[in-house]
Amino acid sequence: MKPVAFDLTTATAAPHAVALLSNVDIEAKIIAGGQSLGPMLNLRLARPGHLIDVTRAKDLRGVVDEGSALLYGAAVTHAEIEDGAVPDATGGWLQAIASRIAYRAVRNRGTMGGSLVHADPAADWVVTLTALGAVAVIAGPGGAAREEPLSSFIAGPFTTTLKPGEILTGIRLAKRTADARWGYWKFTRKVGEFAKASAAVLIDPGAGDTRVVVGAIEQPPIILPAGDAEAVIAGRLPIEEALRRALPHRPPASLVLHAVAVREALGIAGAAGFPAQDQGAA
Amino acid sequence: MAAKKSEFGVGASIERLEDDRYLRGRGRFVADIQMPGMLDIAFVRSPVAHARIRSITKPETGGDGVFVAADLAGVSGIRADSGLRGFRSSIQPILAHDKVRHVGEPIAACVATSRARAEDLAELVTVEFDELPAVSEMTRARDADAPLLHEDWDENVFLETAVDTNFAASIASATVVIKRTYRTARQCMAPMEGRGVVAVWDNQAEQLVLHTSTQMPHIVRTGLSASLGLDHSRIRIVAPDVGGGFGYKGILLTEEVCAAWLAMKLRRPVRWIEDRREHLTGGANCREHHYEITGYAAADGRLLAVDCEAIVDSGAYSIYPFSACLEAAQVASILPGPYRMDGYRCRTWSVASNKPPILPYRGVARTGVCFAMEMLMDGLAHELGIEPWEIRQRNLAEPHQMPFTNITNKYFDSGDYPEALRRAVEAIDIAAIRRRQRVDEGGSGGRHRIGVGLSIFCEQGAHGTSVYHGWGIPMVPGFEQATARLTPDGGLEIRVGIQSHGQGLETTLAQIAYEELGIKPEAVRVVHGDTALTPYSTGTWGSRCIVMAGGAVAAAAAKLGDRIRHIAGHLLQAAPDSVILADGVARAGAGEIPLREIGRLWYLAPQHLPPDVDPGGLEVTQGYRTVRDTGTFSYACHAVTVSVDLALGDVKLLDYVIVEDGGVLINPMVVDGQVLGGAAQGIGTALYEEMRFDGTGQPMAATLADYHLPGAPEVPAIRILHMETPSPLSRFGQKGIGESGAIGPPAAIGNAVNDALRSLDARIWELPITPERVLAAVAEAEGKARIGEAA
Ligand SMILES: Cc1cc2nc3c(=O)[nH]c(=O)nc-3n(C[C@H](O)[C@H](O)[C@H](O)COP(=O)(O)OP(=O)(O)OC[C@H]3O[C@@H](n4cnc5c(N)ncnc54)[C@H](O)[C@@H]3O)c2cc1C
Repeated sequence: MKPVAFDLTTATAAPHAVALLSNVDIEAKIIAGGQSLGPMLNLRLARPGHLIDVTRAKDLRGVVDEGSALLYGAAVTHAEIEDGAVPDATGGWLQAIASRIAYRAVRNRGTMGGSLVHADPAADWVVTLTALGAVAVIAGPGGAAREEPLSSFIAGPFTTTLKPGEILTGIRLAKRTADARWGYWKFTRKVGEFAKASAAVLIDPGAGDTRVVVGAIEQPPIILPAGDAEAVIAGRLPIEEALRRALPHRPPASLVLHAVAVREALGIAGAAGFPAQDQGAA
Repeated sequence: MAAKKSEFGVGASIERLEDDRYLRGRGRFVADIQMPGMLDIAFVRSPVAHARIRSITKPETGGDGVFVAADLAGVSGIRADSGLRGFRSSIQPILAHDKVRHVGEPIAACVATSRARAEDLAELVTVEFDELPAVSEMTRARDADAPLLHEDWDENVFLETAVDTNFAASIASATVVIKRTYRTARQCMAPMEGRGVVAVWDNQAEQLVLHTSTQMPHIVRTGLSASLGLDHSRIRIVAPDVGGGFGYKGILLTEEVCAAWLAMKLRRPVRWIEDRREHLTGGANCREHHYEITGYAAADGRLLAVDCEAIVDSGAYSIYPFSACLEAAQVASILPGPYRMDGYRCRTWSVASNKPPILPYRGVARTGVCFAMEMLMDGLAHELGIEPWEIRQRNLAEPHQMPFTNITNKYFDSGDYPEALRRAVEAIDIAAIRRRQRVDEGGSGGRHRIGVGLSIFCEQGAHGTSVYHGWGIPMVPGFEQATARLTPDGGLEIRVGIQSHGQGLETTLAQIAYEELGIKPEAVRVVHGDTALTPYSTGTWGSRCIVMAGGAVAAAAAKLGDRIRHIAGHLLQAAPDSVILADGVARAGAGEIPLREIGRLWYLAPQHLPPDVDPGGLEVTQGYRTVRDTGTFSYACHAVTVSVDLALGDVKLLDYVIVEDGGVLINPMVVDGQVLGGAAQGIGTALYEEMRFDGTGQPMAATLADYHLPGAPEVPAIRILHMETPSPLSRFGQKGIGESGAIGPPAAIGNAVNDALRSLDARIWELPITPERVLAAVAEAEGKARIGEAA
């Protein structure tokens, strides 16, 4: 389990990383925390000739206050968010989510950007940042830049819309007010295992945002249509029915799991009529 | 006379001496060994489970670093025949040549200056296969149309056994008869350190020196000697720090033979360090059992008889030294355990399959046997309408029957099983759980149900010649030896042939020596893991070390003590018998001499010694065996409360109690560590660990993301309650206790889950108890209920 030989270059800043990506080797790849790429390299499932390390790129490591939103550098680590070493646009939710990703050793290295680009359908940031309406900020060759909502950036399981030569530079999150409520619940049998079912709920009356997101469905997370989400929260629409509509192709047995996830997430978010049953949840 | 009961000797919970180096990261494991010019080996392993090899082609460049079976001149495959009648023999090739019989089987060894380069080379070797249908399901291995693994056999069975003791006569008065199927999954033992080998030819000693992560250096030496055709004197095995074994390292490896041969061929140090992918894809080698078991009970709850047909999936080859049949031989002999019964019948099949060869894992067959037997007992209790603890209480051997000989002639040396049961029932508070269950079933439980489960079982340890001879394996233990040597400065060296790989024996053996000599453990060096430095031993397995090596250390130390007292008596002008050894001095009346001085006199100033001094001096090797060799029987009762999530199928452990009787505990803290570690592994067997194989014999997990081990967060705070019934057979009354923790959890947790599901009439029968299996059991019960309603 040793990787095929590769070259390694440390990028000093995002433009440097983009330039390297287009110039050094057609099979060059970005490496951030290496927590997903590392195993792929060791198993020789990924065989890039060149790796570009972005964890020392200053402009990918900080958080920029844009007024109504915060722009998180793609290489901010789970641990930095968990520790409150960077500001939290949600006043605590990001911290709670980060603290439950895998083990501390993984969190020390793993990055928010790496997690989103890896795009595992069950990953915690993939599901929760979709609920928060995050925007992916992307840089490409020749100074090109574009932005895309996370919900479309993640195009499929382990697939994003990143084009060759592009990197993810940041994640923009709107600042949430104190009356925003949220809940995230995932079903794992052991710490560090990817979720078998998960759901994230955001209820932000000030911003007029209500989102119910269902994750860990072997495809990018699904956002329930706003009307359905509100009807579920108001108790007018059974969760199971909303899920059947949103996920017509999922087997009924798995819908039971997703329904539990949504119910627990609603409970954690404090939605009336949904008492949380799972004591271990955060 | 030695000083008795103190803060350092038998019974003292002192901290482990070896932990200082382990906790500071200063242990020296095989992979830490560096040698100039060392080469790394990567093996080309079979990607298919069953195939004829049509051709193996070495790459054009680098091909001189690739070695295949045809290159291994003079090396024989590994043969481990059982002495039991009807055994079918297999030969495990060092490198496969004509056929491969499981995924992961080594085909070529590729050598380069780093492991990465060796893997590059391995990718360039091409092997052409004619694939054959595979045997991947043990219950189909004996089918008429099953492909044969070993073509000279008539069926895929290493060994079939049958016992029948008074069965037909015993069931006449049965009022309750239940028949059940139980199944345990194939697992990967997972010591933190995998296997690994560094082999080098020592020109000066004219010896092959093989550093290997093993539990049995002397046995590896003997096995290697046979495979390589090399005299024992030409082989030295060194086991450095070994990061866990559990049985995974109780084997002569084909990789060891291959690395040894390469070191001699290339005259350069070579090493092979197993990686996690090799471990998971080629090392899932334990626990897979299938039981059809029937229990017969009288109306009053008395157990009349048990009838069982057990299949053990033994994998592709019989491995050295435990053979392919130890597991099934054990099943037949240990199934009745501590229960009284009038009749017993058991047939077993050790079937061959296209999977890695089976190895005994901590608990060996007991974990599966305990699961089958204890689940059956709960089934009987349910039929009889009594509490699970009641049926156990009625049928367990009573303390006044000790020593108790059960129906398979197991000799239970001592113990109070009903008392262990009583304490566990009280500690877990079954009455309170029953009250809560009634409330929950009334509707307030939401999607959760709680349940409580028990298991009670014994662990035979330190069993010797007669037992292993009866099980027919090629390695039968006899006397265990130890050497004790007083050094010129009054320190003590202990040399033992067993291996300490996490059990804390560097500490507990020193405690035993302290008991005899009064030398503080910190001044005692326990030397182990080197065939050049230690007496021959079959090694560390079968919960034998604290009894056997402990007994040997006590015997050697006692004899050394006699010699020290003799010299001290002369110098102190006192009778040797009156000399007391304590605190590093020899004392008689008001006079005392430091042991340091006695050491100096023997080695450097013999003019002061008594004229009749023992010429053997201050070094003694003594052999030891227990009063009878039938083994010490430690035992435990596990009690667990679970919560089952009916929507998710998830099982949470709410409370866990272990009442454990390991006889006299040499170091209670070390015993707790053994029990807890074992229980964590048992929880893995119960809830998480499973290597599935598809129909073609492909293992379905290659990383720990797919093969789930319990981690610290998944292990609850376990409460251990000790009983200490001395064994009449061992030196201090101690009993082997290394495996017990891993035996009880699947049965206790399985019973608890079924207790939780009882109101739904759902029942699990297969390990591990995954959400999928729980949901399937619930769905099946609901289906039956619907059919029932319709009818
Ligand atoms: C034992 C273990 C348990 C885990 N458990 C969980 C869990 O419970 N929940 C969870 O959500 N995750 C879990 N993970 C995954 C972890 O969160 C990873 O950190 C994350 O998925 C990837 O982040 P990374 O920084 O390590 O990315 P890397 O592994 O370095 O990269 C991942 C991919 O993203 C690409 N990439 C990285 N950064 C950029 C960028 N800025 N622009 C373009 N491409 C980029 C890389 O080329 C690569 O393809 C676990 C990982 C491990 C090893």
